[in-house]
Amino acid sequence: MCGTCGCGQPDAVGHEHGHGHHHHHDHHHEHTHATQSTTLIQVEKALLAENDRFAAENRALFDERRTRCFNLISGPGAGKTTLLEKTLEGLLARSVACAVIEGDQTTDLDAQRIARTGAPVTQIETGRSCHLDAHQVGHALERVEAPRDGLLFIENVGNLICPTEFQLGEHERVTIVSTAEGNDKPAKYPLAFRTATAVVISKIDLLAHVDFDLAEARRVIRGLNPRAPIFELSARTGEGMDAWLSWLHSIR
Amino acid sequence: MHELSIACELVKSAAAEAERHGAARVVGLDLVLGALTGVEPDALVFAFPVAAAGTRCDGAELRIEIERAKGRCVDCSATSEVDSLMSACPECGAWPIGLEGGREMRLRSVEVT
Repeated sequence: MCGTCGCGQPDAVGHEHGHGHHHHHDHHHEHTHATQSTTLIQVEKALLAENDRFAAENRALFDERRTRCFNLISGPGAGKTTLLEKTLEGLLARSVACAVIEGDQTTDLDAQRIARTGAPVTQIETGRSCHLDAHQVGHALERVEAPRDGLLFIENVGNLICPTEFQLGEHERVTIVSTAEGNDKPAKYPLAFRTATAVVISKIDLLAHVDFDLAEARRVIRGLNPRAPIFELSARTGEGMDAWLSWLHSIR
Repeated sequence: MHELSIACELVKSAAAEAERHGAARVVGLDLVLGALTGVEPDALVFAFPVAAAGTRCDGAELRIEIERAKGRCVDCSATSEVDSLMSACPECGAWPIGLEGGREMRLRSVEVT
């Protein structure tokens, strides 16, 4: 039972009733309940107000501890975990305090990989859910401490769509696309690039072997997001890692 | 399918409003959804009854008004109504164009009985 959010309480989710699915209705739709009087309550509330409230709580905790928090978003297999492993090696060598929250639908395989770097890590298994939310991150912070004057990395569930509307309380949102995925990904999943504060093009060691038009990827990312720095790197060979690590270090 | 999470939030909000007003049931919800958000209206409409089952919102109708973004071409200054971040200027074909709005995700009102 969670003191702040009451999450031990029964939830409406999970019922499997056989309801037919609803369609959109035009605004001039006819009410079928003419004999019943209804009342219209003006609400004007953000859809994700609950999530945003938890995100603000997480953010307050980060700021109090002077922790810089990064939300890493990409499709599955873009190399988030490998990038994170190499990033942690680099930062820990520079004596920067780091911690990690791993998000996956199931297994703690990624947390095991991260633990080998020596960084404190906890795994969130989202079950059927396709993204992390701020509430889950709040609970993960009971298991792993936000490092004082350090960096906290949250590796989101591998998905370029669902995580984009869910703030976790992060300061920076890093969207990652690999050369193996194709240069059309930013155009096909524009919101993830639009809302990023930094973009990584990963696996550039594969450029000679794949049809990835780097200039075109850059053009679309820039069009969607004129301000975010773009890092082109290979975690495997180390190419481009210095600029990335320096950036992380500088905005700490 | 993050729309299911959003549908659950909607159900919670609407049920709470109904309870606050002493209403037994929610019969309708009015939503404003920006065209440039990451929420797919059809998926939300599909997920809603699952989230609403067994709650005060069971059987309620979800009505969605799409808020389109306003585009303004940086080259030719033409204005347009925009549904996608990848939309080019309808006059001169330039991309990207300046965008405003289209990011609303708001429960506007709840109809109760």
